[in-house]
Amino acid sequence: MQQIKKSKNLTLAGNMSAKVSSSFAKFIYKRIAVGLLMMIGITFVAFAVTQVVPGDPAAVNLGQSAMSNPEIVARWRAEYGLDKPVPEQYMRYISKVLQGDLGISQHSRRPVSEDLAEYFPATIEIALVAIIFSIIIGFSLGILSAMTRDRLPDQLIRVLSLTGVSMPTFWTSLVVFYIFFFKLGWFPGTGRLDPGGDEPTHLTGLYTIDALVHGQFSIAWIALKHLALPAIVLATYTIGVLTRFTRASVLEILGNDYVRSARAKGLPEWLVIKRHVLRPALLSIITVAGVAFGGLLSGSVLVENVFSWPGLGQYAFKSAIALDLPGIMGVSIVVAGVFIIMNLIVDFLYRIIDPNLRSE
Amino acid sequence: MPLLDVENLTVTLATSSGSAQAVRNLSFSLDEGEIIGIAGESGSGKTMTALSLMRLLPHKGFATGSIKFSGKDLLAQTNRAYRDIRGNQIAMIFQDPMTSLHPMIKIETQLTEHIRHHKKISQESAHLKALELLDTVKIPDPASALEAMPKQFSGGMRQRIAIAIALACDPKLLIADEPTTALDVTVQAGILRLLDQLRREKNLAVMVITHDLGVLSSLTDRIMIMYAGSEVESGLTSDLLKNPRHPYTKGLISALPTSSISGKKLLTIEGMPPELGQIPSGCAFHPRCAYAKTSCESQIPTSISISTKHRIFCPVNPLVSS
Repeated sequence: MQQIKKSKNLTLAGNMSAKVSSSFAKFIYKRIAVGLLMMIGITFVAFAVTQVVPGDPAAVNLGQSAMSNPEIVARWRAEYGLDKPVPEQYMRYISKVLQGDLGISQHSRRPVSEDLAEYFPATIEIALVAIIFSIIIGFSLGILSAMTRDRLPDQLIRVLSLTGVSMPTFWTSLVVFYIFFFKLGWFPGTGRLDPGGDEPTHLTGLYTIDALVHGQFSIAWIALKHLALPAIVLATYTIGVLTRFTRASVLEILGNDYVRSARAKGLPEWLVIKRHVLRPALLSIITVAGVAFGGLLSGSVLVENVFSWPGLGQYAFKSAIALDLPGIMGVSIVVAGVFIIMNLIVDFLYRIIDPNLRSE
Repeated sequence: MPLLDVENLTVTLATSSGSAQAVRNLSFSLDEGEIIGIAGESGSGKTMTALSLMRLLPHKGFATGSIKFSGKDLLAQTNRAYRDIRGNQIAMIFQDPMTSLHPMIKIETQLTEHIRHHKKISQESAHLKALELLDTVKIPDPASALEAMPKQFSGGMRQRIAIAIALACDPKLLIADEPTTALDVTVQAGILRLLDQLRREKNLAVMVITHDLGVLSSLTDRIMIMYAGSEVESGLTSDLLKNPRHPYTKGLISALPTSSISGKKLLTIEGMPPELGQIPSGCAFHPRCAYAKTSCESQIPTSISISTKHRIFCPVNPLVSS
């Protein structure tokens, strides 16, 4: 009885591979629709939060003498639509967002979308470099640590990763800045390029990529040198987290019955690791890396301040202290969007790594 | 010369309170084409015996004594040399087929990777060999089974696949650790018949580890009963089951539920088996033994022959006359 059922399942499995591409398209559409709904939800929450925060944007932006003149205050509020009831403010905001208009920033007096287009690529650039760096180093060290469990390399890596996790980012920033810029002069100090240096021809806003695409190699080199210190500082914590997580995850997988089966086959240890351990380990690690990437975006506030990096972190900070509602909302939407896209990428990678998910 | 000759095997494991011996001075042998059953309660050292043959002991565990396989001392081999024997000449199947196959690798790869590694054959010949193996273990439609993932099979089918994987390199010795414990009773019988058939067709020596004497009675030539890491009794299956001599074996057999007498309370052996690292002095079974004398607390029992191949480790030997 069981056998008949199984062979039926098998032919089903054969047909499934043909349906994979259409099921994959369905999966993508579904995830994008869910993502958009989440974005709307996030704007709602962000809007609600800015409403309950004590403080009057007019007072912050106009200063004391202008605040004493009710006419100026009223006109200022009317200009930003703050005189309308809150639900109407929200509806107006959403309908404008849907048209691509994020409003005018109260602290930079420019359209928020323009500000974001300028600051966001700077942050994405260091965050991307930091996450790639973290994944490569964290994953390798974690595997090495697990494979040499309780021996010298493992002990060293455990101490190092714990140090990486424990050091506060602002402190690492200052120490790295002091040593490598001020004392050794190996790296340039602040900003994305040397003062007065040419910007690469604009394409993505990621200077290294733009410069490389347009063959401006000297600019790419300068941009890379500027990128190095903030990216390394940003990566220290993530490397620590990923190393520790990879070690734990690989050790857990090594204890699985199927790894014992692989060893029982007499396969060399590198093949056991490569074929039987890495794949399941990757599944749990990309989940953490996805979350860590979001953490890098928010963690960049401190690093960007120390390295005068003109990124989203600095912009978010300035918007927050100015109670600049359009600015804060814009940053929230962008960061939320990055989280949603990261989740989408993580889900997509799951399906590549685990063949069982492909036919579902 | 026996195929497998184990002498004074002692397995030491690391526990939270220091090291402890999971197997103590165990000696047994196995001929080609013979099936031996190793039985005992959980924690009696059966699985550790098997894992020490496979050199798969847990982290920081090690074996001493001698394990001779085809005349070669396995414990003296380097890891590299040992890997050429493992999976190739000695293979093992595990208790739970739901977890022993890799969930993310398709059956063909799991079935052929070690053939290709040990026998250095082409992908096509490995593929043909895989089809033949699945046919041997009676998997319907082997061609599509090779393309499938483990989760597409039931427990019984997975255990058949695990057996096919174990047989892939034509080993001389198959170790089966509780091969039917995780399966339905109806499926169990099929797996046991398969093992018996393989032994006859391929002259395969099989070591079956189980806590279920019922499984052993129909399959094995000989049985060895273990308690607290040591042998207490061994003999030909029919001798041992019909005429058990050791108080522990006697207890195990009378504790088997029988269908003929209904409404009777199940018999049990009083007390619990000792924990790792807290094995009693002298005869490890003496605290639970109805026949124990004071000398049992200090004297480690030595083997006493009852008849050819039947021996017990009990100097008191109260049941000889029965």
